[in-house]
Amino acid sequence: MNLFFYIAAAIAIISTILAISGRNAIHSLLFLILSLLAVSVIFYLLDAPFIAALEVIIYAGAIMVLFIFVTMMLNIGIERRTEKRWLNPRMWIVPSMLAAVLLTDFILAIKHVPASPFADQIILPKQVGISLFSTYLLAVEIAAILLMAGVIGAYHLGSQKKKVTHRFLGKN
Amino acid sequence: MLTVPVEIQILFAGILFLLGLIGLLVRRNMIFMLMSIEIMFNSAGLVFIIASTHWKQPDGQVMFIFILSVTAVEVAIALALLLQVYHHFKTLDADSVNKLKDHN
Repeated sequence: MNLFFYIAAAIAIISTILAISGRNAIHSLLFLILSLLAVSVIFYLLDAPFIAALEVIIYAGAIMVLFIFVTMMLNIGIERRTEKRWLNPRMWIVPSMLAAVLLTDFILAIKHVPASPFADQIILPKQVGISLFSTYLLAVEIAAILLMAGVIGAYHLGSQKKKVTHRFLGKN
Repeated sequence: MLTVPVEIQILFAGILFLLGLIGLLVRRNMIFMLMSIEIMFNSAGLVFIIASTHWKQPDGQVMFIFILSVTAVEVAIALALLLQVYHHFKTLDADSVNKLKDHN
């Protein structure tokens, strides 16, 4: 079991590095999907099979397909001038150093996690559902409002506005 | 039963988060910046699941479902904005969208 965890973690980290350093957007998105699938394996190993299924269906299935559609619609893949300048080592060494400092800080901070006092038991989706619709009912309603706002916003932003010109100014 | 120490699991989530942060800081293409934000959201959800498994409580999984819905909304809005930016500027370079900047 532990070996599976380490293999999946290594795949996730490597494919994430390839995703953020790639030049071609479609290749990067496919690497990102691979990373999400590896994280989904880790969710399964962490005794959360329901969340693993949600990760595959919603993240890798819906959200990434949205990304791929937009990338294909825009037909990008041509390297931009600025991007090329940003991708040479001189430009990314400083953010990476800062992130490495953060990582050391983080390792020092999580060195002692108290042991869990609870017995070994698996959290079933039933418990998640009961908790979702009793304790977190208000948050579910807020999430519903957020989704509604998202639908309206995406429709408004996505609609192509017809260009209105005055009849004297238009090219008649 | 997974017996990997919980520190290692959280460390893995932290590494994923920092990779997303590096991507957000380094890349200028808006698609890649959005992808980095997705990586960061995902690693935050991973921490919730790790904590949920460690303490044997369902609350972490509930929080992951909320993160999932917030991410879905964020991606839909951000991609719609990205399409608008592309139609106006014909590029996805984040540095070229600077019409509000003073050119003095």
